[in-house]
Amino acid sequence: MEGVSVPLHNCLIRKIDQMLAFVLRRSMWMLVVLFAVSIVTFFLLRAVPGGPFNTERGLPPGVLENLEAKYGLDDPPLIQYVNYIVDITIPRLTDGSFRRSFSEDYLINIDLPFGDERALRWMNFGPSLRQRSRTVNSIFQDNLPISIELGFAALAVALAIGIPLGVIAALKRNSWFDYSSMGVAILGVSVPTIVLAPILQWIFGVELKILPVSGWGSPEQAIMPSFALGFAQSALIARLTRASLLQIMHEDYIRTARAKGLSERVVVAKHALKNAMIPVVTILGPLAAALLTGTFVTEVIFGIPGMGKFFVQSITNRDYTVVMGTVLMYAVFLVLANLLVDITYAWIDPRIRYD
Amino acid sequence: MATTTQQAPTNVVQIHKAQSKGESLWYDAWKRLRRNRFALIGAVIILLNVIMAVFAPQIAPQDFRKQDLLLNNATPRWVLNIFPSMVASDEGGYVTVSNKFILGADNLGRDLFSRIVYGSRVSLLVAFVGATVSVLIGVPFGLLSGYLGGRVDNGMMRFVDLMYAFPALLFIILLMSFFRASFVGQNATGITKTLSDIDAASGGMIFIFIGIGLTSWMRIARLTRGQTLATREAEYITAARSMGTTTPTIIYQHILPNILGPIIVTATLTIPVYISFEAFLSFIGLGVNPPTPSWGAMISEGAANIRSFPNQAVFPALALFLVMFAFNFLGDGLRDALDPRMRGVD
Repeated sequence: MEGVSVPLHNCLIRKIDQMLAFVLRRSMWMLVVLFAVSIVTFFLLRAVPGGPFNTERGLPPGVLENLEAKYGLDDPPLIQYVNYIVDITIPRLTDGSFRRSFSEDYLINIDLPFGDERALRWMNFGPSLRQRSRTVNSIFQDNLPISIELGFAALAVALAIGIPLGVIAALKRNSWFDYSSMGVAILGVSVPTIVLAPILQWIFGVELKILPVSGWGSPEQAIMPSFALGFAQSALIARLTRASLLQIMHEDYIRTARAKGLSERVVVAKHALKNAMIPVVTILGPLAAALLTGTFVTEVIFGIPGMGKFFVQSITNRDYTVVMGTVLMYAVFLVLANLLVDITYAWIDPRIRYD
Repeated sequence: MATTTQQAPTNVVQIHKAQSKGESLWYDAWKRLRRNRFALIGAVIILLNVIMAVFAPQIAPQDFRKQDLLLNNATPRWVLNIFPSMVASDEGGYVTVSNKFILGADNLGRDLFSRIVYGSRVSLLVAFVGATVSVLIGVPFGLLSGYLGGRVDNGMMRFVDLMYAFPALLFIILLMSFFRASFVGQNATGITKTLSDIDAASGGMIFIFIGIGLTSWMRIARLTRGQTLATREAEYITAARSMGTTTPTIIYQHILPNILGPIIVTATLTIPVYISFEAFLSFIGLGVNPPTPSWGAMISEGAANIRSFPNQAVFPALALFLVMFAFNFLGDGLRDALDPRMRGVD
C-alpha cells in the first residue's frame, strides 16, 4: 500500500536525483578517461625518437639548447607533463595587465564584472612548436570549426538517408524496395570513405564536372565530402532502423492501436517510431566517434583545411603540443557524445534506470 | 482405418531416421549458409582473392617494382573508353596510349594490375591477422571477465571502457609513428633489431598488425563477456560444476563452444574495418613501406592525380571495395546461419 500512496512528484524527484548522481558518476569517469588518454599520448610521444627541433640540417647545439629551455623541453618528462596539465586544467584569474602571448593564449576567457578588467581564463594548450607564429588554440579556432561542420554535415546525410530508407524498408517488408534498400545498405557498409571519395571525385568532379574535386568553403564543395563520410553510416542506420521497427510492429500495443481504428500512418508515426528509434539513438555515440575520426580521412582526400591534416603533419613533425591538443580535443568530443547518448537513452525509454 | 494403421509405423521410422542422423549445430549452419547465395558469392570472391595473393608471382604479368619510365602513366585503349575525360595523345590529349599494361601504368611506369595483385597480399594478411589477434586477445579476456565476475569483472571491463575511449584512429597513427621511428633504423639492437628485421622483411606490415591488434580486441572482449555471463547461469554449467569439473575445463569445454557463433560472426564482420584501417594508414604514409604495393597507398598516389589519370585511383579503390563487400556479405550470411535469432538485428 505504501508504494501506491507515494505522490507522483516524489517519484519525479527521485528520478531526477538518480539522474544527477548518474551524470556525476559518469563525469568522474570521463575525467579518469581523459587523464589516461593524456598520459598515454604524452609519454608515447616523448618516447618517439626525434623532437620538434630536429630539422634535416640540424641546429647548432647552443640554439637547440636555448629552444628547448624556452619551451621547457629540458625538464624531466614528468615535470613537463604536470606543467602541461596545470596549464590546461587550472583556471587563472588575470587583471588588466594580461596580454595575450604565444605562451599564454587561453581558449576560454570570461570577463568578470568586478575589479580592474579582471577575467577568468581557462585552457591554455600552449604554443605550437613547429609553427612559431601560432598557438594550439589559434589552430583550434581556425580549423576545428571546419572539422565540426564536416562532421555535422555527414551526420545529417547519414540520418537523412538512413532513417527514411530503414522505415520504408520495414513497412514494405519483403518488397523489391526492401531488398534493394538493404542491398544498398550492405553496399554502403563496404565502401569506406577512402574508396567512395576517389570514385565520387572521378564521377562528379572529373567526368561530369558538376562538383568541385576538392577544397572547402562553398556549399558545393561540402556535398561530396559529407556524402563520402556519411554514406557508410547511413547504411548502418538504415539496417538498424529497419530491424528495430520490424520488431516493434509485432508488439501488442501496435495491435491495440490498430484495433482502435487508428490509421496506419498514425500508428507508425505516433506509436512505433519513437520506440523504434531507441537502438538508433544508442549507436549515435559510436557513430559520432566514427564520423569524427572519419573527418580525418575525408579532410586528407578532399584537401579540407580541418584538424585532420594538422594532426598527421604534427605527428611527423613531432609538434608535441599540437598532437596532444588534438588528441585531447577529440577524446573530449567522443566521451561527451557517449555521455549524451546514455542520457537520451534513459530519457526516451523510462524503463531504463540510471545505474 | 487399415491404411492409417499401416502408414503410422513408417512415419515413425522416418522421423526416427532423420533424427538419428544427428545434425550438429555446425552442419545445420552450413546448410543454411549454402542456401544464401550472396554469402556464397562473398566466399568465392574471398577465395579468389586468397588464390590471387598466394600465386601473385604467377598471376601478375610482371614484377610490382619493375619500372618502364618511358611508359609512365600509359593507359590502354579500353580504359580510355571508360574514362571519357582522359584524351589520348593521338587525339590531341595528354595520355600515352599503350596496350602493354592491362589497366595502365602508374606515374612511375609500374604495371597497375601487377601492383593490385600483389596488393591483395597486404589486405588479406591484415584481414586475417587482425581478426586472429583480436580473437586471441579478446576471447580469453572476455571469458575470464565474464566467468570470474564480481570485482575482477568490473575492473577488467573498466579497462576495456578506457581503451574504447581512445580515439582509435588517432591512437593507431601515434602507435605507428612510435614503432616506425623507434624500431627501424641503425640504432636498433636485441629484440628491437629482430622486430625491425621482421618489419623490413614483411614490407612494414608487422607494426600494422601490432597497431590494429592493440586497438581492436575490445569489441570481441565485450561480446565474449556478455555471452559468458548469459551462459554461466545455464543448468548444464551447474551440472558440470556439481560433477567436479574444474574451472578451465568448464570454460573451454562447456562455455566456449556455446558462444563461438556470435564471436565468429563479429570477427568476420569487423574484418572490413581492419582492411580499411590499413588502407588509410598506407594512404597517409604510415602503412606499408614503398615499393610494397598496398591498395591504400595506390589510392593515395592515384588520388593525387585524379584529375588527369582517374584510372590510377579508381581501380585499386574497386579492388578494395570488392573485398570489403565480400567480407560483409559472408559475415552477414554467417550471422543468419549461425544465429537465426540475430537476423536483421545490429
